[in-house]
Amino acid sequence: MEKLLLLGDEAIAQAAIDAGLSGIYAYPGTPSTEIMEYVQASREAKEKNIRSLWSANEKTAMETALGMSYAGKRAMVCMKHVGLNVAADAFINAAITGANGGLVVVAADDPSMHSSQNEQDSRFYGKFAFVPVLEPSSQQEAYDMVHYAFDLSEKMMVPVMLRITTRLAHSRTGVKRLASRSQNKLSLPGNLRQFVLLPAIARKQYRELLGKQPKLESASAESGFNTYFDAPDKSTGIIACGLAFNYLIENFPGHKVPYPVLKIGQYPVPLEMVNRLYESCEKIMVLEDGYPILEELLRGMLNKGKIIHGRLDGTLPRDGELSPATVAAGLGLPTENGSITPSIVKNRPPKLCDGCSHNDAFQALNEAMLEYGRGRVFSDIGCYTLSALEPLEAINSCVDMGASITMAIGAADAGLVPAVAAIGDSTFTHSGITGLLDAVNNNSPITILILDNSTTGMTGGQTSSAYGKVEDICRGVGVSEEHIHIIKPLRKNFEENIEIIKKELAYKGVSVIIPRRECIQTLNRKMRQKIKVKEMENNG
Amino acid sequence: MKKDIILAGVGGQGILSIAACIGMAALEENLFLKQAEVHGMSQRGGAVQSHLRISSEEIASDLIPVGKADIIIAVEPMESLRYLSMLHPSGWIITSINPFNNIRDYPEIEQVLKEIWKQPHYITLDADGIAKDKGSIKAANMVVLGAAVPFLELKPESIETAIRKIFGNKGDDIVKLNLLALKTGREYAIKNM
Repeated sequence: MEKLLLLGDEAIAQAAIDAGLSGIYAYPGTPSTEIMEYVQASREAKEKNIRSLWSANEKTAMETALGMSYAGKRAMVCMKHVGLNVAADAFINAAITGANGGLVVVAADDPSMHSSQNEQDSRFYGKFAFVPVLEPSSQQEAYDMVHYAFDLSEKMMVPVMLRITTRLAHSRTGVKRLASRSQNKLSLPGNLRQFVLLPAIARKQYRELLGKQPKLESASAESGFNTYFDAPDKSTGIIACGLAFNYLIENFPGHKVPYPVLKIGQYPVPLEMVNRLYESCEKIMVLEDGYPILEELLRGMLNKGKIIHGRLDGTLPRDGELSPATVAAGLGLPTENGSITPSIVKNRPPKLCDGCSHNDAFQALNEAMLEYGRGRVFSDIGCYTLSALEPLEAINSCVDMGASITMAIGAADAGLVPAVAAIGDSTFTHSGITGLLDAVNNNSPITILILDNSTTGMTGGQTSSAYGKVEDICRGVGVSEEHIHIIKPLRKNFEENIEIIKKELAYKGVSVIIPRRECIQTLNRKMRQKIKVKEMENNG
Repeated sequence: MKKDIILAGVGGQGILSIAACIGMAALEENLFLKQAEVHGMSQRGGAVQSHLRISSEEIASDLIPVGKADIIIAVEPMESLRYLSMLHPSGWIITSINPFNNIRDYPEIEQVLKEIWKQPHYITLDADGIAKDKGSIKAANMVVLGAAVPFLELKPESIETAIRKIFGNKGDDIVKLNLLALKTGREYAIKNM
């Protein structure tokens, strides 16, 4: 079969298409975004009539995928790690209901926080929910695992998690395809009460889930994704999870490691394999990209067994992404050091684009806030979070999707005057609407800027669920008409915009100001496409 | 054969098109390839890098080990210095001398070049000037790529084939311009190695 040059994300998408996917649901989030984008751009997916929808948030995506699984078809749901927090309620209960059609949950973790506010490890969620987790060490393995994950999900009737990290998601390499298969036919669950989690049914379903665990462990031992490589030097036995395996073998000529290695790619981890390593080696080293999950389990609370090296004893860095060099240092191998970066090299942090509408919106806000002083603007997750940095320094919080409005309510309740929230249009429909309802019900004296650039900007311009609906939503939730303003954030409207913001800052109730101007990136892209279409027309 | 390449620049400068050309040329020659890219927030005008590994043997890590890169290819001079710790003492820096100044405290360009010229192996070239001279400043990337060609151990024809494939849908003129930019960059490097 042909070999394609694919990102890890793209390999997962192609695998899902080939494995008989019927629907994929997601909310954009680095590093998971390209999975959905690939399916949406795929002609093959279109021909196969695969549904591919950007959902309002990860929870709605997870539930939609579960609905497709209920109806007997294969579904995939994709999110970044923190998105799984949003989807957690649905995810954990989906483990109790179990799956009908194959259900694969892709969670893309971001160790080192390249584009995130934390580096939580989704394997914890897998364990928490009693769901099998697959962790690929290469793009090819990611491709193969998707096929396997759908099979495992249908065979064991559980959702299956595919846990990847930024490095795998955004690294490109050759991937070999498997034969593709057709989609499932519509078929209801054999037991029509399977998805009804009334306590009496849930208790039964939960016991069934617990009962599946030994079988899931056996599956981990037999799938081939967990492999034991024996070697003569028993002074150390190494457990290497996912990508960490690559960093390990990178350090040895011919990729031949002198120590016994247990390569982990599927959880729950087969105890027999771990025990074999533990019994035959003097000490153990655990290499995991993310949290020291296996390491902690292996040590136990008292750590009275054999010596376990890893992130907890300082052998490896406690936080951040692993690399060939950190693993080499952990193993006591020599590392190369290039030259030191000269001090004249200055930081070049990301910033808002030239011509970005957020710039004009925050300049006006800063001006309007002058009389009150700093420290009163709660914000959210998006490009506009960059306004926390120089030169704007306009916002004072960025916690989780939607937290701007609700934190402003709490701060206003505490007496902070004025309390301002700044949230993007896509983030608003993701998790801001419920907060706005709280504000209306509480008649909170807060001013909310919904920065409407008509796209999900930071992840590359995906369709925003809020598109064309922001003011209608605000009215529907109960914000009074005279306190909803749509302004155009442009330099020429600077003074006028300041006046509107000032007026609403003084109002002792909920006001919403919607600075609306399209994202400069999506606008440019549209213009380029227009020119291209015109050229094609002109050329006949 | 094994080449570990760090690509450096500023978000939006298009280091990924250089990577795509080298990657496709490597596939053309049936080599193994891994390329770690930067997506997401850092693309917004910030410093970006990509690790590109090509080899006749299977590649393990997506990341190049510290101090073991063979080449740094940069489309911005200050960015060429940012990842010096990645470069092997015998490695080469191939960089444009044209600064992308979008920060308050960008150093004097003379100081930046002085630091590059302190390194043992480098090619510094006026990629913008050369590209403009050949037709359009937009081909500056391909000038830098051309200057890297003698160090890649890939056949120049493979790179040319890659350019034809990657830019083919943008029309013959763009392909011709990029091939000319590539050739000029390559000749400059050969003269200045």
